[in-house]
Order: sequence, then structure tokens, then C-alpha cells
Amino acid sequence: MGHTKSAVEKHLPLPLATFHILMCLAGAERHGYAIIQDVAERTGGDLQLSAGTLYRSIHRMLEQGLIVEARRRPASIRDDERRRYYRITAFGSDVAHAEAARLQRLVQLARSSGFAQGRA
Amino acid sequence: MWLYRLFLYLYPAGFRAEYGEEMTAVFAEKRRRARNIFQVTAVWMEAVYDIIRHAVPLHLDALRQDLRYTLRSLHRAPGFAATVILVSALGIGANTAVFTATDRVFLRPLPFAEPNRLVRIWESPPGYSRMEVSPPNYHDWLTMATSFDGMAAYARSSANLVGQGDPVRIQGAEVSPVLLSMLGVQPLLGRLFSPDIDVESAARTVILAYSLWQRDFGADPNALGRTVTLDDQSYVVVGVMPREFLFPDRNSDYWTTLQISPGNAQDRNNNYLEVLARLKPRVSLAMAQREMRQVMTHLEAAHPVENERNSASVNRLGDEIPRQTRLLLVALMGASLAVLLIACTNIANLLLARGMARRREMAVRSSLGAGRERLVRQLFTESLTLAAVGGAVGVVLAHAALPLLSRLVPPSLPIAPATSVDLRVLLFALVVTGLTGMGFGALPAVRVGREAAAAGLRESSRGGGLRTQRLRATLVVIEVAASVVLLIASGLLIRALMEVRSTDPGFQPQGVLTARTWLSWPRYATTDARSDFYRRVLTEVRALPGVQSAAYTSFLPLVMGGGIWPVEMDTRTGTRAQNETASLRFVTPAYFDAMGIPMLRGRDVSDADAADRPFIAVVSQSFVERYFPNQDPVGRTFRFAYFERIIVGMVDDVHVRGLERESEPQVYLSHQQVPDDGLVFYAPKDLAIRTAGDPLSLAPQIRDIVRRADPAQPVSNLRLLGDIVAQDTASRNVQLRVLGTFAGLAFFLAAVGIHGLLSFTATQRAREIGVRMALGANKSGIAAMFLREGIVLGLVGVAIGTVLGYGAGNAMGALLFGIGPLDPVTFGGAIALSLVMTVVGSLPPALRAANVDAQSVMREA
Repeated sequence: MGHTKSAVEKHLPLPLATFHILMCLAGAERHGYAIIQDVAERTGGDLQLSAGTLYRSIHRMLEQGLIVEARRRPASIRDDERRRYYRITAFGSDVAHAEAARLQRLVQLARSSGFAQGRA
Repeated sequence: MWLYRLFLYLYPAGFRAEYGEEMTAVFAEKRRRARNIFQVTAVWMEAVYDIIRHAVPLHLDALRQDLRYTLRSLHRAPGFAATVILVSALGIGANTAVFTATDRVFLRPLPFAEPNRLVRIWESPPGYSRMEVSPPNYHDWLTMATSFDGMAAYARSSANLVGQGDPVRIQGAEVSPVLLSMLGVQPLLGRLFSPDIDVESAARTVILAYSLWQRDFGADPNALGRTVTLDDQSYVVVGVMPREFLFPDRNSDYWTTLQISPGNAQDRNNNYLEVLARLKPRVSLAMAQREMRQVMTHLEAAHPVENERNSASVNRLGDEIPRQTRLLLVALMGASLAVLLIACTNIANLLLARGMARRREMAVRSSLGAGRERLVRQLFTESLTLAAVGGAVGVVLAHAALPLLSRLVPPSLPIAPATSVDLRVLLFALVVTGLTGMGFGALPAVRVGREAAAAGLRESSRGGGLRTQRLRATLVVIEVAASVVLLIASGLLIRALMEVRSTDPGFQPQGVLTARTWLSWPRYATTDARSDFYRRVLTEVRALPGVQSAAYTSFLPLVMGGGIWPVEMDTRTGTRAQNETASLRFVTPAYFDAMGIPMLRGRDVSDADAADRPFIAVVSQSFVERYFPNQDPVGRTFRFAYFERIIVGMVDDVHVRGLERESEPQVYLSHQQVPDDGLVFYAPKDLAIRTAGDPLSLAPQIRDIVRRADPAQPVSNLRLLGDIVAQDTASRNVQLRVLGTFAGLAFFLAAVGIHGLLSFTATQRAREIGVRMALGANKSGIAAMFLREGIVLGLVGVAIGTVLGYGAGNAMGALLFGIGPLDPVTFGGAIALSLVMTVVGSLPPALRAANVDAQSVMREA
């Protein structure tokens, strides 16, 4: 992947909402409301993104190049004209990987301090 | 849903356009799933909170972007940025500076409790709208008037303070014991006067002003309880007032309780008390005024001679601002606004020109998806950024101008002069800055925004677009007109100052040194004691090398304008009718000689005019014209200040009240012809010394001489008579300097405006000029064409400005001292200057246009 390490690391640590949105877009292109629902499901209802949080995150992520608006929409009967679909970019995927690695290192450190279960 | 959409307007337009629909859809979805009223409420609350929570950071994001962009684009045009910042700094600085003065005088409440209920009450006998009050009338008011919660009298006083270092003369007031508590100010140390404690039988007490406490008591907290000597009387210090307490005026050093002698308590012709009262809560000024007139009607009936046609006037304390001060400040506000207007139009013009040059940039941004609102927002960010920097520089300028501007607050008001730019002024500057930024940014932003939206990427047409050109021309006309108004206004003031300066004061100030030795009571209560002091001082002073003559008088002219007494002729003994008054001065022999006042008839006061001789008077020419027209006054008699006086001489008139003011006729009496302990206030105290050499070099010797005559006697106000005359026009000088600065700024800015417009037009029309030249037009023809354009704009501006200037001159009438508002010299000068400015501003761009290289321009085309 052609993205320099520093360009990726500039975005770390990721805001929580941003990371969740990236995870949710990893599997498929989705529109706004679907993202809210998906995040809520994955977290067992712990994280309910508000419309403002979602779209402000999307706005910033578009600018940062983490996601793009999908040109082609999935063929679906229930598709609504207004709805916009978003797709993760290669760069966004790099950043998400880097964030996951960062969190992993953090958890390992926590284990060695006895703050978390498992082997250090 | 419409309500939700309305809330979305809190977001920046771009964000709303991009995501508004979807957010509405999300909201609709959530709303649909809510099953009962509680859930609906929860959804709504969450949605509103959500919008508000994100709106601020989104706006900040946009602002950050705009600022970054602004800094980049200004960095590319440093000359433009510097010009705009300088011009807006001048406009904002001028307004902020004037505001420091107007705020103090007009807006800020006086530093007393509920200042709106405080009123001054004056007698108003025929010919005077406000006259001090006589003690018996004041006492009758106290018992008769019902409109007031409290009423108090005071009289300005001064005293020799002895025992705190060198003897000094200090100023203050004798006040009714209730006065200080009526003003509602707490003492810094100690207590206020109390009607129960500070009665006449008790030990005399004094309260110190903060300034005196700092200066002569070293800010010693143990000053309380100390005994000080004021005019040979012992007083116990019972209090110190806070720094901001200035009453009745800025120069007050101390307060003692008012003592009214039994003689004064009966005399309704001795008007020397000033009266302050506090209106009852539900009593209006008009009601109090009505009641006081009724009271005076009763008092006229009871004392028909002394109170003949006498009335009373009630004024709010805060409104007692001298008319000239008021007028001047209004004029300065107008002038500073005009400067700001010119600055704004100038910058708007610069921005329009720049906007034209930036059309492509805007078009590119527009085609890249920036909405019109986004572009306008960007332009406003630019102009507000420039205005903000300009405003900061402007506040610094205003701060630098404070020493000059604080002199616009007259010391006769109980108001401290501005010493720093405070929060109120900063707030004002902030508002002005905001308005300025919007003001000069609005036109260009709207215009550029519209054009960008319409033009898209289409190649922009050359030339500015006819409408923009016309708009810019209008702005230049406004600038010229405003600068003409300011030129006329300051021109009128210059002419008035010249006129005042050329007024003959009636005496010869050159080579005269003056000093004040205010003798203290009761030590100098007897006329003999005073005469002895004068003789010892004057004999030694006259013996000094170079001294030609020296004399004492009650008050030098221009220093004290009052001391006005009714003149009673033989036929109408005891009545006080309109304008039958004259100023009273006691003098020692040779006073007219020392002052250079021409003796026109008869003789001077002499040492032989003692208390046991007939009481004589020397009168001024206007006195004779009024009371003994076409007669030889010598030998005539009149009653004045309790006694019959016989005229022995006539002198030329003197401007007692000031160079600009009508003065009452003057009466000079022999310093010996006054009963012991009578007319204390008028005891001679001002020394005038005419010398051939350098007058100021005599100062140390004068101090020595007075010390030898009386070691406890302070010498104050050692200064040249010429400086006293100059002081009389000092406030005019300040006015002129401030207004003149504004006019200069306006003039300069208007010239820049014309120059800028024509330069830009020349660049825009380079191709047209090339064509004209190719078709045979010569250079001088092209130059003339541009010059003509500039001159036409200038003429239109001058025409409008002249009409407005006439209006401004009319409004300033009271400041003009006899110069008509249509003064031809001023108008001619202002018009000529403006035309010169127009030509000078137009010439460089005209010449540049004429030197366009036709060949190369055509090749480019």
C-alpha cells in the first residue's frame, strides 16, 4: 500500500466514532442511517451515534480521504433517491489497521500492568 | 419536520446543503420508531441537543479554514493588506478616541448614588438663567420645597494649608453636613460629616480628597484625627474620600462644613451658594421645576425688592455640561464618523478593485463546488480579519491620543479624565471594528459573490462592469464630499480661533508676571493688616531690578469672571434690574499701570483713598456709556457693594470673563475702602508685576519677599499674564487640533480614493487607450480624458460637501465667535484645497494612462 507511515499516523488516535464508522464500512457500502443502526448493533446498543456526530464525522472523513461517496449504489428495491452511500478507501483501511495495531499494543501494555486479563 | 429543518439553519450553509436532507431523513426514521409521547420527546431533545452541540465546532472549522485562506491570500498582497489595515486603524482609532471623551461626559453615569435624581437648583433673576443662591432664599427653599428627599448647599472655597511642608493654597468646598451623604459615596477612611456631630459649636472638621491625601499627607492612614491648619483655623481630619470622588469639580482638595455668618444669613443680594438636591422617587424634573417657580413667586411677594422678578431653575446634575463642551463633542463625533465613513468607502473601493482582479480565483473556487454563501463568508472573513487588525492598531492610536483628548473633558465637571483605554472603550472599539469590517466588506462581498455565482468558469469580461464602476465612482464622491465638510468645519474653527486671538483683551500681557497670595482669615480680617502686607510686598517688589510697576487686585481678568454686583443709581435705590450689574475689584494704586490698561479720564486709585476718605471708584468706559451716557463721569456717584461711590477716573474696558464672552462693565475700588471683615472674598490677592527683563526670572525673589512678609503665606499660580491669555484659548486649540487632524485624515484618504479609482480604471482600459492611440489620439488627449473624469468626480463631491458644510457650520454656530457659517475665506479655501487634491490625485494615473505603449497593448490583444 502506497501510503506513507507518517500520513497514516497523523490521524492516530482515531476518534471513537470515526473508528466505528470505518469498521462498519469495512464490509459494505452503507448509507447514513444504516451506519447508525450497524454501529448500535455491533456495540450491543452501547454506542448510539447521533445524526450530528455521524455527519460531522463523515464530513471530516471525506476531507481526510478515509472514505468516499460511492458512485454506484447497490441495487436494492428499497433504495431512496436521497440516500448517499459511503465506501472505505484504501487509505482509510490503512488508517483503521494502524489504529487497531495501536489499540492492541495498548492492551498488551495494560496486561503487563495487570489491568487486563490474558498473557502479556 | 419543518421545525427540524429550521434548527438545521444553525449549521454552516455548506454543511447543511451537503447533509441536511440526510439528517432530516435520519431524524424522520427515529421519529417514526418512537412509540409514545415520552419517546418522541426524547428523540426531539436528543436531536436539538445534537444540532447545537455540533454547530459550534462546525462553524469554528469553517472559520479556521477561512482564516487560513485569508492569511494566505493577504500574504500574497501585503501592500493591499497594509493599506486596508492602516486606513481602518485611522477610522476606528478616531472613533475610539472621541468615544473616550464622549463616554465620560455623556454616557457614563456620574459616580454618585442614583445620579439621575440629583439636581442643581439655581436662582434665575432677570438676565441670568442660572445664578448662585443667597443664604436666606436657600433657607426658605429648605422649609418650603417638598419635591426633594434632601437639599444641600455648598460654596467653593480655598484655604492656606500650613504645617504639611511648605504652605500651600488648596481648593475645596464648604458643604452642608448632609451633602456628602446625599451623594451616596462612602469615605475611603473615617467618616462623612453628620448634621448631629459637625454642628457649629463643635470642633471644626475637614474631610480630605484622595489627591490631597496622597500629595500632602503621604497617603498616611494616620492622617485621621490629625489637626491641620486651614487659613489659621484648626481643623480635625475626620475622613478621606475615595479617588473617584470629585465634587464639585476635579480640582477639589478638601471639604469643610458650611458656615454662614449672621450677616450673610440675612442678605438676599449676596448670591454665593450652590444648591444640590435629590428628587423624591416619584417626582419628575418638570414637577420639581414647577414647584420651585411657585416657591420663588411666594418669595418675591415676601421680599419684593431683593427678589424682584426672580425665579428658580432646576437641572439634572448630569445635564450641567457647558453648551460649548456639548456642541464640541457632538461635532467631534460627527467628524470621527465622517473619517470612518471615508475610511470604509476607501477600503470598499480597494476591495472592489481587488475583487475584480480576483474574479477568476472566485470563479475557480465556485466551479470546484464552493457555494455562493461560502465565497461571501470567505470575503467577510477577510474584511473582518483586516478590520480586527486595524481595530487593534486603532486602539493603540486612540491610547496615544488620550493626553490630548482628556483635555476635552472640562475640569469643571465632577468627572475624572480618561487615563487609559478601559473595558467600555475596548468594547466600543470592538463594535466599531465589527461594523467597519461588515461595512466595507458588505458591498464587495455581495457583488463578488453574485458575479462568481453567475459567471462560473466563463472568462470574465474586461473592465469592471459598468455598474461596479459607477458604484466605485459614487464611493469616491462620498469621500470627497465628507472631506470637504470636515475641511469647512475645521476651517471655520481656525478662523474663529484667529478671530479670538486677535481680540484685544484690554490690557498688555507682555512682560507681566503674576502670582497669587490668598490671605487667610481672621489674621488678615482687618483692612490695616492687609494694607500692611501689600505695602511690604509691593515696596520690595518695586525695588527689584527691571520692575516698572506692581499692584494687587482682587482677581485678575480671565482668571475669575464672576464677582458681579448690582449697580444702584440714586433714583432707584435698592432695586436690582436687568443688566444693571458690574464686576467688582479692589485694587492697590498702579494696578492699571502694571496691567497696561489705558487711563482715559481722571485719576488712578491712590494711597490717600483711605477708609476715612470719601469712597471712590474708577470705572470702565462701558460703565460710563451705560450709566452716564454723554456725560463727564468724574464726580458722579452711584451705590455699589453697600456704599455710595464717587467716580474719580475712567479706564478702558477689559475682557473680564474671557476673550470670547460679553463682560459686565468694571468697577475698581480702593483696597483700603472696605470695612473690617467685609467682602472677604474680594480682598486683593492677585499680584501683577510689569518688568523690563525676563519676568519668570523674578519668581524666586517674589517667593522670598512674600516669605519675609509672612512665613505662613503660600505663593501660588506664579505664571505669566501672557500664559493666562493663552490659557483662555487653550480649549479652542485642543478642539482645533483634534478636528484638524480628522480633516487632514479625511483629505488624505479622499485623495487616495481618487488616485486608486483612476489607477484602476487606467489599467482596466489599457486596451481601449491603445485603440484610441492607434486611431490617432495623442498623449495629452488621453491624459486630459482621465483628468476630466477625476475632476468631474471631485466637483460633484465638492458641490455636495459645500452644501453639507454649510449645514455643519450652522450647527456649530456657537463655537464660531462671530464667523458666519458661510465664511467666504473658509469656503474658498476648502473648495480650492479639494480641487487641488483632486488634480493631484488624478494626475499620476492620467499620466500613466497617457504613457501606455499602444503597440504592446495591441499586440497582447
